[in-house]
Amino acid sequence: MPALETDTRLAADKATATGVLATMWRIRLFEEAVDDLFARGLMHGTMHLSIGQEATATGGCLALSDGDLITSTHRGHGHCIARGADLTRMMAELLGKETGYCRGRGGSMHIADVATGNLGANGIVAGGIPIAVGAALAQRLQGRDRVALAFFGDGATNEGAFHEAVNLAAIWSLPVVFCCENNQYGMSMAATRAANVPHLADRAAAYGLPGRTVDGNDVQAVYEAVGAAVARARAGDGPTLVEAVTYRWKGHSKSDKNLYRSRAEIDEWRARDPIAAFAATVLDAGTLTGSELDGARSAARDAIRSAVREARSAPAATPDGLLAAVYADAEGGAG
Amino acid sequence: MTATAAGTVHSGPNPPTGGPAGEDGTAGDSGSAGAAAGEAGGAGPAGAAGGTGPAGGTGPAGGTGPAGGTGPAGGTGPAGGTGPAGAAGDAAGGGERTLSYAEAVREALAQAMAADERVFLLGEDIGVYGGAFGVTAGLYERFGAERVRDTPISELGIVGAAVGAAMVGMRPVVEIQFSDFTAQAMDQIVNQAAKIHFMLGGAVSVPMVLRAPSGSGTGAAAQHSQSLEAWFAHVPGLKVVMPATAADAKGLLLAAIDDPNPVLVLEHKLLYKTSGPVPEAAERVPLGRAAVRRQGDDVTIVATGVMVGRALDAAAELSASDGIEATVVDPRTLSPFDADTVLAAVRGTGRVVLVQEAPRHVGFMAEVAARIAESDALYSLLAPVVRLAGLDAPIPYAPQLERASVPQLPDVVAAVRDLVRGS
Repeated sequence: MPALETDTRLAADKATATGVLATMWRIRLFEEAVDDLFARGLMHGTMHLSIGQEATATGGCLALSDGDLITSTHRGHGHCIARGADLTRMMAELLGKETGYCRGRGGSMHIADVATGNLGANGIVAGGIPIAVGAALAQRLQGRDRVALAFFGDGATNEGAFHEAVNLAAIWSLPVVFCCENNQYGMSMAATRAANVPHLADRAAAYGLPGRTVDGNDVQAVYEAVGAAVARARAGDGPTLVEAVTYRWKGHSKSDKNLYRSRAEIDEWRARDPIAAFAATVLDAGTLTGSELDGARSAARDAIRSAVREARSAPAATPDGLLAAVYADAEGGAG
Repeated sequence: MTATAAGTVHSGPNPPTGGPAGEDGTAGDSGSAGAAAGEAGGAGPAGAAGGTGPAGGTGPAGGTGPAGGTGPAGGTGPAGGTGPAGAAGDAAGGGERTLSYAEAVREALAQAMAADERVFLLGEDIGVYGGAFGVTAGLYERFGAERVRDTPISELGIVGAAVGAAMVGMRPVVEIQFSDFTAQAMDQIVNQAAKIHFMLGGAVSVPMVLRAPSGSGTGAAAQHSQSLEAWFAHVPGLKVVMPATAADAKGLLLAAIDDPNPVLVLEHKLLYKTSGPVPEAAERVPLGRAAVRRQGDDVTIVATGVMVGRALDAAAELSASDGIEATVVDPRTLSPFDADTVLAAVRGTGRVVLVQEAPRHVGFMAEVAARIAESDALYSLLAPVVRLAGLDAPIPYAPQLERASVPQLPDVVAAVRDLVRGS
């Protein structure tokens, strides 16, 4: 492998590879813990798990710099973790605790962490895309070089908000990256039935933008594609649409009985586990040993266990301040 | 001030002579709006418009038509209106002058933009065109294309972009060309802007303003004439403002831009060409405070938007003809709602007529009636609450049908007279 290319391989650098594995494992194990807490009746509401899609959140966020902004989706735990959010505060939010990111008012679908540039998950499909465009417009007006990345699913590309937002970003050449996580189903509707284009990235052409489809289970591929888009945006050359094709192992939400897809299909994609694939690459490259790989996983497990333990013992959110919380009463904004 | 106008003059969509000249509904509006201004000017406080000239005589449209005039000439097109966008308008003078409602809005925008770099405008045709109603005329020339940002016809995208910009420290002011088009942007208004501060646990706020011309009376029919304030007032997290005078159009807008929350300012198309005294300084009119426009002992009239002028005209007519003296309360802000001022007036008069342009069913005045019923003001009532409202029907096109669909001056007069005489 040529040296230049080697230098950019995530799997080739010990610290980078460890970081990538840590992020992907934290996402996987956080969501498995959430799944377990639901199953045991210790968590209420609903949840949307991204297990199987860890490479898109991890590779996408790795391509961003401090200060860059993201908008996320209802399936947003991975984005939040990949941007560096505090696991305990996330878990506390899902458990309805006062110490949660949203003080129990938002839950899984509305976690935001402004400190890490995460402007929020969103319960409305495509709802975050125009917001990312506005955040990017603000960077332009403020004379900053920060980039905004909008994560969204395949289903969002059929919403008007997607088309309006991408068009605005295109005509104004805003520093936005549109990152479509095509997990192949909008709830039960297959992406192939919902759009009459071979690749969702083809839709970029309608707005005069570059569009690129990559293997969303390959963290390296996502990182490179989003990285190129970020560089382009930061240079003032405008937005890019990146489609990362991946697969959600779990159902859409708790109610999903998987009637719209086959066990064989799910198994086929489970065999393409993005974490296992990256770990194998790292091992092949000799960057980390088998025991170091195991160590990355156990460190993530410990972090999640600690987060669950601390979050469960945190005080429950109280209804006392609800009315007072509806309106901001001071100078606001994330600045 | 005024004379240092940016100078660029647009013959634009609203020719100085008004009239239904145009290629689209907008120009037609100017004629109708002029007529309405004339109506208001005839009896109401806006009658001072004549001669003093909202535009300070800069543009070819300079000055204005005769007070209470018959309409078309009474207006000031964007041309005459460039004055307040001029630099001099930003100095905090101590006086007042007569401005049109549209000019007052423009002056508020100009002063806010001059004072705070975070403030910028987004909207369809707000640049060189000056906005469908001419409100932003001259601002593009003064503040440039970055801060007076023409957008595609893309309401959902525009409002969403404003939400995102507001979340990271900007103060966007969006113009939605007609308030009816907010329906295109409802997700961003209702699910995003209104809720983000709350559902994110207070970590972020959304300090944005959405201006939207509202109401009927321009012959624009069902999709360009609605009064949708109750939609927005029903959503926690939004603030809703309905300025009824030129001074409030400026002062409430300035307060809305300061506010750290999403605020909808529902301007009334028929009021754009009405005039009144407006402070030169950037004086805020606090949100959530009603105005008592007139004091009387016999009956309270609560009215919003364009109905405030009709209530005042009715009160003046009833005073002269019947010796009936009415208190007129203009809530000005629907969310938050200053119930105290309304209830105090009702306690003082024992009779109340609630007047809104919007359809009656589940309208804002139903809330006002409920507040009265829930309070001890109920015991002051000598007769049941009277509500005057638009028909529970879409706004029709033909002028006689349109007039019949919303309360007119004689309707208000008759309702108040019947209430007072019958109790």
